[in-house]
Amino acid sequence: MRTPTAWTGAALAAAGMALLAAPAPASAAPTPSPGATPVTRAGTSFLTATGVATGQPVRVDASTGDHLYWSFPASAGERHEISATVTFPKARSGTSTWTVEVFDGLRRRQSCTAGAQTPTVAAAAGSVSLGCTLRQVRSWAEPWSADPLPGTYYVRLSVTELPEADLGLPIDVDLLVGADGEGSRDDGELEAPLVPNTKAGTVLAAEPTAAPVEEETGIFDWLPDLGSRWIWSTVGGALAAVAGVVGFALTRRPRRP
Amino acid sequence: MPPTLRPVINFRRSTAVLVGLLTTTALTGPAPATADQETPAEPPKVELVLDVSGSMRANDIDGRSRIAVAQQAFNEVVDALPEETQLGIRVLGATYRGRDKKQGCLDTQQIVPVGPVNRVQAKAAVATLRPTGFTPVGLALREAAKDLGTGSTARRIVLITDGEDTCAPPDPCEVARELAAQGTKLVVDTLGLAPDEKVRRQLLCIAAATGGTYTAAQSADELTGRIKQLVDRARDTHTVTPTVVAGRSACDGAPLLGPGVYRDREAFSEHRWYRVPVRPGQELRASVSVALDRPVNRDHGVLLRATATDGRELVRGVDAGSGRTDVVSAGLRWSATEDRTDEADPTPEASTGTIAATTVCLVVSNSFAPRPGTRATPGMPVELMIDVVASSPAPAAPDLGRGWVLLVLLTLAGLLTGLAAGLLTRWWVATWREN
Repeated sequence: MRTPTAWTGAALAAAGMALLAAPAPASAAPTPSPGATPVTRAGTSFLTATGVATGQPVRVDASTGDHLYWSFPASAGERHEISATVTFPKARSGTSTWTVEVFDGLRRRQSCTAGAQTPTVAAAAGSVSLGCTLRQVRSWAEPWSADPLPGTYYVRLSVTELPEADLGLPIDVDLLVGADGEGSRDDGELEAPLVPNTKAGTVLAAEPTAAPVEEETGIFDWLPDLGSRWIWSTVGGALAAVAGVVGFALTRRPRRP
Repeated sequence: MPPTLRPVINFRRSTAVLVGLLTTTALTGPAPATADQETPAEPPKVELVLDVSGSMRANDIDGRSRIAVAQQAFNEVVDALPEETQLGIRVLGATYRGRDKKQGCLDTQQIVPVGPVNRVQAKAAVATLRPTGFTPVGLALREAAKDLGTGSTARRIVLITDGEDTCAPPDPCEVARELAAQGTKLVVDTLGLAPDEKVRRQLLCIAAATGGTYTAAQSADELTGRIKQLVDRARDTHTVTPTVVAGRSACDGAPLLGPGVYRDREAFSEHRWYRVPVRPGQELRASVSVALDRPVNRDHGVLLRATATDGRELVRGVDAGSGRTDVVSAGLRWSATEDRTDEADPTPEASTGTIAATTVCLVVSNSFAPRPGTRATPGMPVELMIDVVASSPAPAAPDLGRGWVLLVLLTLAGLLTGLAAGLLTRWWVATWREN
């Protein structure tokens, strides 16, 4: 009986070690997902941004000076990486600075943690690469904070500085939004994702009448919400109990034949 | 030892079940967000405005005349026109052969009315065009806006020209500004055929004033590709236009806004106030974009503040930048805190069992600076987006743990405790036997 219990103990320990040494997510340039249909359009404002999915390549012909908008959905725990290439088929007269900017569903500017967000390119260059890696999307944040939250995100690609004579010249734009990272490990959840309400608004004539107080007190209200922490901790307790029994059994003298 | 075997089996089974449970909870995140698309009642409407003035005769695009290239492009665009798009064609400088500028500057006709397109008729009308007269761009724009009519959706004008307006006044850029300031959302995309500096300036000004784009077309392919793209865009970006609203200079009496998108205008250093009712348990979300539709100094910024009715600031959203850009945007979230005493508008809560909505004031301000000679009126376009959703309460974090490390730690602790207990028992039993 000693051998099986010893094996169980060793297996438990080995599994634990393997889990502890889980590799960090490797950071690489995003690659298009196989079979994704390329997008050949771009919007020109927040309201008309063209929706793209992560891993869906974008290829658009545009003019220098256009402000090109795309939007993509994000969920908690994801880390997005945007890479873009602007190709210049025609000769230009001077250096230009290009920029890829990211905004959340509330049009709040998002920081890039890595990537060439605003590269400057010489007149002779044939193309320029832009990139932006976003922060990990949180599942909940205080209303006053600027943390990235699940919802719609906007990408704007434009040229910020250039000789005026180069405006209107043709460009080719390639863009790809990649996402990695698994579910969020934060507590809390956003009741409604940051998806903009794009309906035409209605001006209210008067302040809305007061809503009746909702008196809802269920029988089980005193119980804590069943979150994942409860499950993890319960499993941990069970494992500890089992491991205790195994440990106790290891010290028993093997039964004489 | 059967007593130890059974727990081991149970342990295996229970881990399988619990690991399954864990995976499901980890995988069910919030669903991917998708904006609910509202299908507008109107078909997309676009009008092509073509310059047929004398200068279009020049043979400088791939060895062909400008008008020939434009005619070919129009034919291809008409052939590739999406079914639902309503297209109109207006020309300028097409008929008057004389030298009287006054008369020549009234020379603009709609050769294809805006509506479902009869391809044969449209192509025939384009084929007969011969470069002739003056370039009344301003008048043509004004007429094109009339052709497109007013309605609830955005309209597009695609202006194709090779020379600057020879008929100002009205200055085409002023006309564009004037059209943009009217109720209907009108976007003018401009295409310059082999443009020189003056033409480029003028077309850039028209495009900027209406939120359109400018393209310099130097070959037939470029011209055709771009017009097709713009006509397609008229269909794709054919959204319901925001409601026009006029913010006040103070919170008192400012328009009370429900969820949705609004348009307004704001001059340099002006403050525009709006009000939004927010009930307890709701969260206010607001974002604002101020467009740079005219030349301004290099650095710019936008500030959106939410204040209580007594002027106390609740939260602010701010963004600033420098250099060329189309809009500067800021956004904010705010929800009433749990503590009733800290609410924005301490409305006397009657004992009738109702909760009144809190009124939050929103103020939009900008730090744009006009360049010398920049017109100050009408103000710059402001797009305001309001949403009121269920608020997300702070997570009540129990004093519990999570993660694989925790499981390993607890298991190791259990194992060690078991070992220690076993050894202790053995020692105790041995001592007891000896005695």
